[in-house]
Amino acid sequence: MSTVALALRPLEFFFAQYRRVWRGTVISSVVTPVVYLLALGVGLGKFVRQDLVYNGESFDYLDVVAPALLAATAMQVASFEASWPVLSAIKWSRQYHAMLAAPLRVKDLLVGHQAFIALRILSTVTVYLAVIAAFGAVKSPLAILAIPAAGLVGVAFAAPIAAWGAYTESDASFVAIFRFLILPMFLFSGTFFPVSQLPAPFEAVAYATPLWHGVDLCRQLTLGEVVVPSAIAHVVFLAAWIVASLTLAVISYRRKLVL
Amino acid sequence: MGEHDGQSLIQARGLVKRFGELTAVDAIDFDLRRGEAFGFLGPNGAGKTSTMRMIGCVSPITDGTLRVFGLDPMRDGVKIRSRLGVVPQLDTLDMELTVRENIVIYGRYFGIPRSELGKRADELLEFVQLDERANDRVEPLSGGMKRRLTIARSLVNDPEVMLLDEPTTGLDPQARHVVWDRLYRLKQSGVTLLLTTHYMDEAEQLCDRLVVMDKGKIVAEGSPLELIDRYSTREVVELRFGESRPDDLNYWTDGKVARIEALPDRVLLYTDDGDAAAHMLHERGLAPESVLVRRSTLEDVFLHLTGRSLIE
Ligand SMILES: Nc1ncnc2c1ncn2[C@@H]1O[C@H](COP(=O)(O)OP(=O)(O)OP(=O)(O)O)[C@@H](O)[C@H]1O
Ligand SMILES: [Mg+2]
Repeated sequence: MSTVALALRPLEFFFAQYRRVWRGTVISSVVTPVVYLLALGVGLGKFVRQDLVYNGESFDYLDVVAPALLAATAMQVASFEASWPVLSAIKWSRQYHAMLAAPLRVKDLLVGHQAFIALRILSTVTVYLAVIAAFGAVKSPLAILAIPAAGLVGVAFAAPIAAWGAYTESDASFVAIFRFLILPMFLFSGTFFPVSQLPAPFEAVAYATPLWHGVDLCRQLTLGEVVVPSAIAHVVFLAAWIVASLTLAVISYRRKLVL
Repeated sequence: MGEHDGQSLIQARGLVKRFGELTAVDAIDFDLRRGEAFGFLGPNGAGKTSTMRMIGCVSPITDGTLRVFGLDPMRDGVKIRSRLGVVPQLDTLDMELTVRENIVIYGRYFGIPRSELGKRADELLEFVQLDERANDRVEPLSGGMKRRLTIARSLVNDPEVMLLDEPTTGLDPQARHVVWDRLYRLKQSGVTLLLTTHYMDEAEQLCDRLVVMDKGKIVAEGSPLELIDRYSTREVVELRFGESRPDDLNYWTDGKVARIEALPDRVLLYTDDGDAAAHMLHERGLAPESVLVRRSTLEDVFLHLTGRSLIE
């Protein structure tokens, strides 16, 4: 049987587990965008030049920051879902071990878990996009493509963090990852101001982060200002990043689970 | 008993498992025959779990050969596992899901359709007497109940062979008897059992045949009775002395017992007639604090083979 078919089995477990917490996540996936868009789009936006030029067109700060927040949310949900839950499935609830006693392979449970995270991201960003639309910051029907684009961003974080979650022995490092990797990316990857404002070496680093590619891609889509070669480059970057990270994650999973 | 009784389901030859420098399983040979209950008896660190994990296809073998259902665990892990029921040493139940959900989800890992799993879960829960707790969360269940649930769950795919890694460790005597009873019934219904334990009474109760493992090696093999017969005497006299243990027990026993084992807290006299030996000591004026005549057990076999107690 193919990995896709077999990965559906672990996926069912993660949904069963999710049923216990879904209410809380639904509330936060509606409240979070409202709070962020009010504070950063509407509130902070009042103090920012109102005629931001993107690809030759001028936009409000809210319009420009909203897609960035969308991509950043995908990053945050994914990073959380791939850190503690992966470590737990290995060490605490040991559910990966239960799966491996059944006719499933390491890659099936990795893909199943990543698929679950991807679905969590897709549902969260769908709500986010609806809230953005309600704020009047969706400028093009192409915005609908920002949902799969944010999905790519999410998996681009879920895969490497899962690789780390399977590698590490304790959850102590997760807090450091959030503080020293996720938070700086959130602030400096072209989310709130262009990366061209950064000192040159940092600008180069920003271009190498999946979040910057995701932010620019989502921005092109919600503003309806798609530059095709650049959009394709973003998708290719994210896809390559995901493939490399998943390869790493399989190695890391095997090392921990099959020994 | 079916026509396939005696067919070899698992075969290990020179099986080795190393973790870096440490040799956890050191060139062991054994055969598991269809329909039997086969035990690995050994103290902590003997290599029991390492062996079970290799059979369960989640641990690559370092050397030697291992065949499960005639297949190679490294190549055909998926096929093999679909026919095994695994009760791991550490439970892998999801504490937040209900008892029933745990079985249904586990059944889904095997690709069993949901429509079949409802009925199957009910039957299995009834079998392990957990039907009344079906809709409770797992977390607050007692250790014995969790173990029974793990056993029920491992049966969801109708396994031909069950791998039970210390099925009753940590359970109280009553809970252990319930588990033993269920395992006995499974065996009666034709399921082949492979279990590890460091309780000799468990091995005696459940196993048709067993191997005694120590430091990665198999040090003896046979049925419980055969092993006792070969390595011990029919009975044992346990003597406990207070402060004044006599140094020369050979003098007191006068060569009338087969063997003397002096342990820190007691002295064991191996003899076929315990009462006669106890009587003789009394006649000769030896007055221990307590005298207990009992049947020889696998513990004595282990002590004889390794010079150490099974449970330190
Ligand atoms: N993943 C591992 N890495 C390194 N050493 C290991 C690993 N797993 C087991 N060992 C070592 O291998 C030896 C045998 O361990 P194993 O768990 O097989 O023993 P056991 O007979 O099951 O013991 P117990 O009765 O305590 O469960 C031990 O010394 C143990 O420390
Ligand atoms: Mg063990």
